[in-house]
Amino acid sequence: MTGIAHAPPRVGVEVAPEGAPAGASGLSPEEYAAVGAALRRAPNTVELRCFAVMWSEHCAYKHSREVLRRLPTRGAGVLQGPGENAGVVEIGGGWALVWKMESHNHPSAVDPYNGAATGVGGIIRDVLAMGARPIALLDSLRCGPLDDARSRRLLAGIVGGIAGYGNSIGVPTVGGELAVDPGYRDNPLVNVACLGLVRTDRVVRGRADPPGAVLLYAGARTGRDGIGGAAFASAVLDERAEYEDRAAVQIGDPFAGKCLIEATLQALETGRVRGVQDMGAGGLACAAAEMAARADTGVVLDLYRVPLRERDMAPHEVLLSESQERMLLVTSPEDVEILAAVYRRWGLEAEVVGRVTDDGRFRAQFDDALVVDLPADLLTHAPARHVDPVPVPDPAPLAARGIAAEHALLRLLATAELAGKAPIYEQYDHMVQVRTVVRPGRDAAVLRLPEVAPAGLALTVDGNGRWCAVDPYGGALATVLEAAANLACAGAVPLAVTDCLNFASPEDPQVFWTFARAVEGIADACRALGVPVVGGNVSFYNEGPAGPILPTPVVAMVGLVPDVTTAPTVPQDDNLLVLLGAADSGLGGSLYAREFCSSLAPGFHRPNLHTAGRTLSCVREAVQRRAVALAHDVSDGGLAAALVECCLILDRGASVTLPGPVDTGALFGEEGTRVVCVVSPDDLTELQSLAATHDVPLSVLGHLEGDRFRIAGPDERVAVDLSLGRLRRAWMSLGCEAG
Amino acid sequence: MIWGVVTFPGSNCDRDCVHVLRHVLAQDVREVWHEERSLSGLDAVVLPGGFSYGDYLRAGAIAATAPVMDAVRTAAGRGVPVLGICNGFQILTEAGLLPGTLLRNRHLRFICRDVSVRVESARTPFTQRLDNGAVLRMPIAHAEGRYTASPDVLRLLESKRQVVFRYCDPDGQVLPAANPNGAARAIAGVCNRAGNVVGLMPHPERSAEGPLGSTDGRQIFESVLLAIAGVR
Amino acid sequence: MRTVRVVITLKPGVLDAPGQAIRQGLRALGFAVDEVRAGKYLELALPHGAGDVEEMCARFLANPLIETWRIEEGERQMATAGGTAE
Repeated sequence: MTGIAHAPPRVGVEVAPEGAPAGASGLSPEEYAAVGAALRRAPNTVELRCFAVMWSEHCAYKHSREVLRRLPTRGAGVLQGPGENAGVVEIGGGWALVWKMESHNHPSAVDPYNGAATGVGGIIRDVLAMGARPIALLDSLRCGPLDDARSRRLLAGIVGGIAGYGNSIGVPTVGGELAVDPGYRDNPLVNVACLGLVRTDRVVRGRADPPGAVLLYAGARTGRDGIGGAAFASAVLDERAEYEDRAAVQIGDPFAGKCLIEATLQALETGRVRGVQDMGAGGLACAAAEMAARADTGVVLDLYRVPLRERDMAPHEVLLSESQERMLLVTSPEDVEILAAVYRRWGLEAEVVGRVTDDGRFRAQFDDALVVDLPADLLTHAPARHVDPVPVPDPAPLAARGIAAEHALLRLLATAELAGKAPIYEQYDHMVQVRTVVRPGRDAAVLRLPEVAPAGLALTVDGNGRWCAVDPYGGALATVLEAAANLACAGAVPLAVTDCLNFASPEDPQVFWTFARAVEGIADACRALGVPVVGGNVSFYNEGPAGPILPTPVVAMVGLVPDVTTAPTVPQDDNLLVLLGAADSGLGGSLYAREFCSSLAPGFHRPNLHTAGRTLSCVREAVQRRAVALAHDVSDGGLAAALVECCLILDRGASVTLPGPVDTGALFGEEGTRVVCVVSPDDLTELQSLAATHDVPLSVLGHLEGDRFRIAGPDERVAVDLSLGRLRRAWMSLGCEAG
Repeated sequence: MIWGVVTFPGSNCDRDCVHVLRHVLAQDVREVWHEERSLSGLDAVVLPGGFSYGDYLRAGAIAATAPVMDAVRTAAGRGVPVLGICNGFQILTEAGLLPGTLLRNRHLRFICRDVSVRVESARTPFTQRLDNGAVLRMPIAHAEGRYTASPDVLRLLESKRQVVFRYCDPDGQVLPAANPNGAARAIAGVCNRAGNVVGLMPHPERSAEGPLGSTDGRQIFESVLLAIAGVR
Repeated sequence: MRTVRVVITLKPGVLDAPGQAIRQGLRALGFAVDEVRAGKYLELALPHGAGDVEEMCARFLANPLIETWRIEEGERQMATAGGTAE
């Protein structure tokens, strides 16, 4: 290179060779050239490694950021949208919720226990970094079919990791979901959402401000954990990964994580913290550069002051280590000792490792030698990569095989998606912090908030790769509606969405098209519901030797329940089963299609946003007024499964007569936004008038009765007649034991 | 009266216990740090649940070496009611203040769900308000709750009425299916010889308010109020 | 019958949180300890001429990503037979 403006810092580090090997750094030749052009010199090897991590897809959203602009991110009460550690939404009474979901797919593929555990640790610290106490976790899991021992072991490891970390730090895991598909066999999905609570006047941000402030490293020591983990997350897993990516595996220490939560909250209470950021993907380098770039300042790091766990760590290892349980705080020099004392009291490290400057540069010194000297915003602004999307053709329609309804129903109940998840959620402490009013196993978990009593929050996480495989736009839209339906069943008004967008390689034009369509679906649904997307992440390159995963956008939604203190109506034997909403009766993308058809086609009728919105309003109002004893939305397994689930929850049989023909579509189709309600005969008139007000179709399907579950058609021909015990046995068959 | 709730690094039910004592039972509470060496002035002490020191080595083993445990021992010797919940129970056994030990659950997994326990000994300050045979519904949340002691110790516990709670079905029947972790003789809680130190695996602080599903646990705290009032 | 003892420890440099906490407990009791590394100890009873213990470790007993192991052969009897006696 010619025209060197800044002499490259070079003491103790090699200068990268001209036209550096793109493979080694993960940078494309174009990106390498862009670095050189911006610097007007060649980067040295430490700098190059920083670019490799910071310009990875995982950190830089190179392929996704243009598309993500389509998401609605603003709304009443949104104090912080995407771009910070987590979203913040006001809930009244001087309090705000903090909401964020992240994926930890690739680490969980390599080491299920530690990958999932550090996924929990990471999302907790993102929420903590906004100044909030983490109060709940949700987990959305996907793996290979559970008839395969390897998949069962993988799932057991993932569940064990979530339990091992979440239980220990005392944050309840209150909900989640599970789905299987061969595509997830080698590339499981672990998406964890965390909810936090913060006083609105205590919200902090990840900003390095003002110049003259110092950077205080707080938490566990730095080792050689997960060097280059962010770059690793952006690579396709191959079969050797299990044995060769040790350097990219992080080990979590939940004990240090718990101490870090308490110490950081106490540090924030002092009012002396100007900014906080978790040291997660990309480690100290990423945290410091992002904090500087957000505040339009610069930073100088003194790497030799970083508390180390191992000797002889190289500068790039100190900068890029992804050791867990570490935070970077910004404070004024005179407040350092007060804050450091808080951390030391909890047995944690606290050292000043740098200072804030006003020159916009990201610099790092090691033994008094300058080893990195870069514009901070260059590190945090990788050039976008453009892919011309190519639409995926609609799958060809296929006829469903004729399967006896009873047989189909029993088999669907035993699928990982529908089966009772108690074997999983009973491994999670879902009650610690004494807020859990509605426990896992229902449409949405409900937490009470004594801070804003009598109100509470309802939470749900939903995804459906099958729907999105058939129709990425419609599937993503339906995913958002399903989350909203789950909240409506708890009587909650949606407040905010966070999402994990799990896809294969965006460099494949069809995958990229699928991704873009799914984002449009989420955007349109969120706009129609008036719910902002306040944060989330994108996980690309989810593919294994067997091929790409199903396109899997996962949506976590939180909503406000006006009153969680009044007990719900207790259901009685004469209660009616009522359906609110209507739908086409197609099988496209359904669980039935997966189990009994040779493909997920045929077709998927997109939900109508207007009718869905009216149905949800009606359900929400009915639940809030206690006009229904139970509300449960129709989703995986269709109407038949939803009715059975109501019976299993209430431990009562039912007799149901469907108004139209009892075909597979009517029983097992998953389309539309429909909600089954259990209603006392005394409350039916009120529900009918609510349905009329909201212009929502209502049909009385039957009533609770005895210990058998029956579905018949208008001609009184019985399609299903099974004992509750038999249904329960099928439903309780979730196999997630190791071995 | 004044309660002390001890926080060890890794305790995670300390705030829940403080909440219930302060806001449900309107008690004075002193939050005690594990490095404190005196508990004087406290009328009752709670060692809360959690994962003190990550439960590394053995659950409760490292916390049992904390400075505050000498003070707990002194207070217990003076007859102050001491309640160990879950990890607090494990700490009390590791510190030698309660007999026996708590092993990994029979199925080796962490388990969180409601259980029923039968009151076996109404003579402790934490069960004084209850009748022998009363059934309480409370949640458990632990991976290491399988109570074990030598046959001699178990016999002694029974004969001295030191078994305080036993896992049972909702009707009070002690059945194998109602024993969630494989505890010897379905033991869910025990007390020391004097009766003032009680440890139990279920969480009374999680079952002290209606919206959370049960108020049975509140009676364990309320019993102490009665016991202290009786002393004064 | 052949007895094989397997000691599994974390690889050097891998965070050993239990070891750190145990060191803290020992120090609280007044013992001078610089470092503790925690691990697992297994005894396997195998029929003669059977069982590739190295492969057992690599595929199942240890996590090769983060753990290393040492295998000791010997004729010594198993320490216990059956579970904990109560």
